[in-house]
Amino acid sequence: MAGVTAAFLCASTVTACGRRSPSMLDHHGPEAARVAGVWWLMFVLAAIVYVVVAGLVITAVVRGRRRAAAERPDAAGDERFIWVGGVVLPVLILAVLAVVTVSTTRDLRAAQAGELPIRIIGKRWWWDVSYPGAGVRTANELHVPVGRAVDLTLESDDVIHSFWVPQLAGKVDLIPGQRNHLRFTASAPGTYRGQCAEFCGIQHAHMAFVVIADPPEVFDRWLTRRASGAGVQPTREEAARGEMVFNRESCAGCHTIRDTEADGKVGPDLTAFGGRRSIGAMTVPNTATNLSRWIRNSQSIKPGNLMPPVALSSRDLRSLVVYLEGLK
Amino acid sequence: MTAVVSPGAARPSTRRSYTTAWWGMAMLVITEAMVFLVLLAAYFFLRASSRQWPIGGIELPKVDLAWPFSFVLWGSSVPIFWAEAAIRNGRLAQFKAGLLISFVMGASFLGYTIYDFNDLHFGWRDNAYGSIFYTVVGLHAVHVVIGLAMNLMVQVKAWTGRYRTGHHVSAEVFSLYWHFVDVVWLFVFPSLFLSPHWR
Amino acid sequence: MAVIDRGPEIDEGGLATLWEDGPGVPGFLTTVDHKRIGLRYIYTSFAFFFLAGATALVMRAQLAEPNAHVLGPQIYNELMTMHGTTMIFLFNTPVLAGFGNYLIPLQLGTRDMAFPRLNAFSYWVFLFGGLFMYASFFVGKMPDGGWFGYTPLVSKTFNPGINIDFWGLGIVFVGLSTTVGSINFIVTIFKMRAPGMTLNRMPIYVWSMLVFSFMAIFAVPAVTLATGLLELDRLFGTSFFVPSLGGSVLLYQHLFWFWGHPEVYILFVPATGMISQIIPVFSRRPLSGYPWVVAALVTVGFISFGVWVHHMFATGLPPLAMAFFSGASFIIVIPSGIQFFAWIATMWRGAVRLTTPMLFAIGFLLIFLLGGITGVMVAVLPFDWQVTDSYFVVAHFHYVLNGAVVFPIFGAIYYWLPKMTGRALSERLGKWSFWVMFVGFNITFFPMHILGFLGMPRRIYTYNDGLGWAGLNAMVSAGSAVFGLGTAITLVNWARSLRRRAPVPDDPWDGDSLEWATTSPPPHYNFAAIPLVAGRHPLWDQQPLPYASSGEDDETRGLGTAGAVDRETPITSGLDNRPEGNLTIPEETYLPFVLALGLAVMFVGLLVSAAVVAVAGLALAVFGAVWWTWRTDEDLE
Ligand code: HEA
Ligand code: HEA
Ligand code: HEC
Ligand code: CUA
Ligand SMILES: [Cu+2]
Repeated sequence: MAGVTAAFLCASTVTACGRRSPSMLDHHGPEAARVAGVWWLMFVLAAIVYVVVAGLVITAVVRGRRRAAAERPDAAGDERFIWVGGVVLPVLILAVLAVVTVSTTRDLRAAQAGELPIRIIGKRWWWDVSYPGAGVRTANELHVPVGRAVDLTLESDDVIHSFWVPQLAGKVDLIPGQRNHLRFTASAPGTYRGQCAEFCGIQHAHMAFVVIADPPEVFDRWLTRRASGAGVQPTREEAARGEMVFNRESCAGCHTIRDTEADGKVGPDLTAFGGRRSIGAMTVPNTATNLSRWIRNSQSIKPGNLMPPVALSSRDLRSLVVYLEGLK
Repeated sequence: MTAVVSPGAARPSTRRSYTTAWWGMAMLVITEAMVFLVLLAAYFFLRASSRQWPIGGIELPKVDLAWPFSFVLWGSSVPIFWAEAAIRNGRLAQFKAGLLISFVMGASFLGYTIYDFNDLHFGWRDNAYGSIFYTVVGLHAVHVVIGLAMNLMVQVKAWTGRYRTGHHVSAEVFSLYWHFVDVVWLFVFPSLFLSPHWR
Repeated sequence: MAVIDRGPEIDEGGLATLWEDGPGVPGFLTTVDHKRIGLRYIYTSFAFFFLAGATALVMRAQLAEPNAHVLGPQIYNELMTMHGTTMIFLFNTPVLAGFGNYLIPLQLGTRDMAFPRLNAFSYWVFLFGGLFMYASFFVGKMPDGGWFGYTPLVSKTFNPGINIDFWGLGIVFVGLSTTVGSINFIVTIFKMRAPGMTLNRMPIYVWSMLVFSFMAIFAVPAVTLATGLLELDRLFGTSFFVPSLGGSVLLYQHLFWFWGHPEVYILFVPATGMISQIIPVFSRRPLSGYPWVVAALVTVGFISFGVWVHHMFATGLPPLAMAFFSGASFIIVIPSGIQFFAWIATMWRGAVRLTTPMLFAIGFLLIFLLGGITGVMVAVLPFDWQVTDSYFVVAHFHYVLNGAVVFPIFGAIYYWLPKMTGRALSERLGKWSFWVMFVGFNITFFPMHILGFLGMPRRIYTYNDGLGWAGLNAMVSAGSAVFGLGTAITLVNWARSLRRRAPVPDDPWDGDSLEWATTSPPPHYNFAAIPLVAGRHPLWDQQPLPYASSGEDDETRGLGTAGAVDRETPITSGLDNRPEGNLTIPEETYLPFVLALGLAVMFVGLLVSAAVVAVAGLALAVFGAVWWTWRTDEDLE
């Protein structure tokens, strides 16, 4: 039992165990905190119930082993035992849980004032993220201001996905033909890992993302800069060549880069790709080497994903990488 | 020596209860009823989640012929009741007549369903309304076909003289099934044909 | 040990030849003996268990460390789907049906099931359905949509291969077996109890199978429709689940879980029935609170039809509507609690013997307790938003499916297999098997709870390093090998018992129910004369056990040895169980096999979209059905 408790405590304070897990008990927002509170309450109740009931089982066995086979005691008193243990005890505990369920549910899903609307579309196997008010679009990264509630609109136009950032809130599915909402607030700056939780096909395992919570002024600066379309113009010659390759090859047919000819809708928006932390929905870190491997054959990194290998000369590839990494 | 006792409870019954075969059919009828119940629930679920019903401007179901033929189908249970009573009392001729009448009524309902399907201006691939409409009505029609086949079977047995009083399990089983097919229509018809008209 | 009285002196050799199946393959294909069929069910489903277990071990090898390359994503998803599908459809459900087949007629004191041929039919359908799904391995296109195959992931658009068709059609097919089997159980239980065995004297195990059967006939239509309509969408282009054409993907989830939730209790209820049989025998006293346990079983059956939405808590339904389903899920705890405390009470005042079956029962209690508690946790709506589709749920359902269903099944093997085969199992190996399984189980499945908290979603074929998941996953994988070893010890024990042929007494455990009144293994006719029951525990309270003699009239002739001589078994009037007539046990026949084969051919035709094959299969099945109906009256009455 002590070991179990230690394990859960460990899960709640990840740093103490020297790991960085996206643990729901390491909460950074009121929604996740509320649920973690529910968990600790249940944990205490469960521990009591388990210890008491398992204790009864073991005592019964030990007692029973000592009794001689000849006696066949009658069943007097058994019924009361069954009723107290099987009905009264559960009803008391479940009544507590029922109250907790209803009150928590009501609080967690209520709309709040001044929410920031964000639209998320689940794709196989990446996340399309846009800020409707600001005309900003990105992928696999969600910037949010600390301390302000966000209202996510969750949609899908292929299969069902599920949006889950354990440190911030519970999950909600993205279902084709339906529009769901999820509200949460990040209470501290930081990056919080999220991952698709509904099985969505071959690369469901690599459909992660990250929520980046910044202080409001930093967030506002980010949003304004993105909205202005800054950083898209190539500054180096190599990059300009890369842009040309991008538009000449099939890339532009699938990807959009703002204010350029590239306006494909099949793959993630690459407008500020250079600033992103990872490639392929958190499959590998965003480095020049990984990017060039990805472009040459993303299938070797994320088998089965929907971007085909593109045959390019190494000269073109180098330009492309410089171009894409420069988009910040 | 072993104790050989005559069963204490073995007071022979005056009235026979249902046979195992009847029970088996009754249980089959329960699952089948669940099939239709779930399908009708699916129908109303789809309807509740669509803005328009029928979807995509499909015409409302026509009821001018559906009404009379529904009564034909429901009515076809009556000769079966009649036939059941007959076989219990050993009146084989009446039994055969009842079956025959019921068969004709059931077959004419089936004919109507086929005619109606041909007359529709939409297919089951068009949209979810088409899919559920054809599936429910079609599945019911399949049950009618099975019922008619069973009726034939029972008739052959009757005409070849295989039944005697107290020896007609398959007739009993068939009649239960046929009543069930009729009762299902009592739910399918209002749901699929009438309810779209009430809005 | 009780002196067992086998009833009136009869010419056993003569009877045996009368009831014996023909030799060789024809005898194998045509038998209608519920014991042969039951054992066959058990063997077949255990084969599937070890297959699916081995599959799990391969999956665990892949997940043992981050970014492993044991399996690619496609094959992982296929194995994961087949693991879950096999365990639910091809192991758990049929193995319980197999025990039911074998034990129900014996515990009721009758000579066979109500519909022996239908019984053979349901076995063949199960076998063909299982082979149908596993045929996907031979063409390298295993189903890959998860065991509940949500649309639109499994729609033709997103999954064009025939992988999913193996699954969808296979489930429709196997569902038929469950339905037919359940009907057979119900009628047998209502119409064929030995004289004096009123409903309130039935063994709890039979009660649990009655609840199993009723739940199945109410629930299975929903999954048949879910997968059936899915196949209509896939094969014929209908649009039930296509949102752009007015279809609804949530409709699929409702249909699936309207069966899916009852299904887990369909599995759980007979498992508790087995436990309620084992614990009293090894506590040497009747089960405490029998009426309450029966009431609990029946209420579980009802309530479990009202909680299915708790599998859909993340789908964005209105929160307060979902909270209602949380509440319903809480209520289901109460019947489980009643059973649980009845078991404790039984042992509390009993004289406990720690035999292998009893060890499995106690292991079950300790594991199910935790699985039940985590069940209550996931029923708490806001908490489930966090843990649904994470490894926490995987932990919950292995604690219940693997712990609370598989442990009782292993207990039942140790308890009843010697009766079925007539060969003793080693207690020493049995205890080893238990302890290795128990320890391995907890090493495997306990850490999964924590992985869920750490944010690990289910159904991922790999994960990156640096998330803090690696250590626990390694532990899980190591534990799974230990658990697998524990099951293998039982397999060895089983095989050894068949080879060593150590005989088993009729009543090795001092049992209370009628199966212990006959030989091990029982003769084909089970009982030469039907026992007369006067209480809940005939073998404990009625010494020597009285047997009926054949009367002159039709109603009672079948009760005594005359019935066995005529291949008849008595029928009673139903609830009040008055003797009423006799059922002739049909001769061996190819009918069930032919009918099942026809259906199998039809399904293959649908699978490969070959109309000719499908129609040929259908024709064969219709032929079988007509033949069958034609002969019906000959055997009844
Ligand atoms: C044998 C199978 C079995 C059994 C018995 C149970 C039992 C229960 N299950 Fe479980 N469940 C599954 C099999 C089973 N489950 C499976 C297979 C899934 C996942 C499917 C999938 O997604 O793949 C699942 C998933 C599942 C979910 C959905 C989770 C999710 O997907 O997010 C939920 C939610 O409510 C749930 C709840 C419960 C509850 C409340 C019980 C209760 O019946 C438990 C009651 C028992 C006890 C509580 C213990 C005994 C009681 C006492 C000793 C009294 C005192 C106790 C208290 C006061 C708490 N189960
Ligand atoms: C009765 C049901 C049952 C049982 C017993 C098990 C048993 C096991 N399960 Fe299973 N499991 C499910 C039902 C079950 N499971 C279901 C329904 C799912 C959901 C699937 C889905 O999401 O769609 C699932 C999913 C599931 C997952 C999650 C996969 C994922 O989400 O990606 C994992 C991961 O570890 C797992 C592991 C195991 C392990 C290690 C065992 C072990 O207990 C297995 C132990 C091993 C053996 C018993 C075999 C021993 C082998 C031999 C002795 C060799 C002999 C071999 C031959 C003769 C061929 N299971
Ligand atoms: C057929 C469509 C298609 C073509 C052509 C295509 N891509 Fe992609 N691309 C995608 C898809 C889909 C993804 C998302 C893959 C995933 O993560 O599952 C993607 C992902 C990417 C990413 C990673 C984005 C991120 O944030 O993770 C980069 C970078 C990229 N593509 C660059 C290119 C370049 C450069 C080319 C041309 C040489 C190209 N793509 C051609 C469809 C395409
Ligand atoms: Cu998207 Cu899983
Ligand atoms: Cu459930």
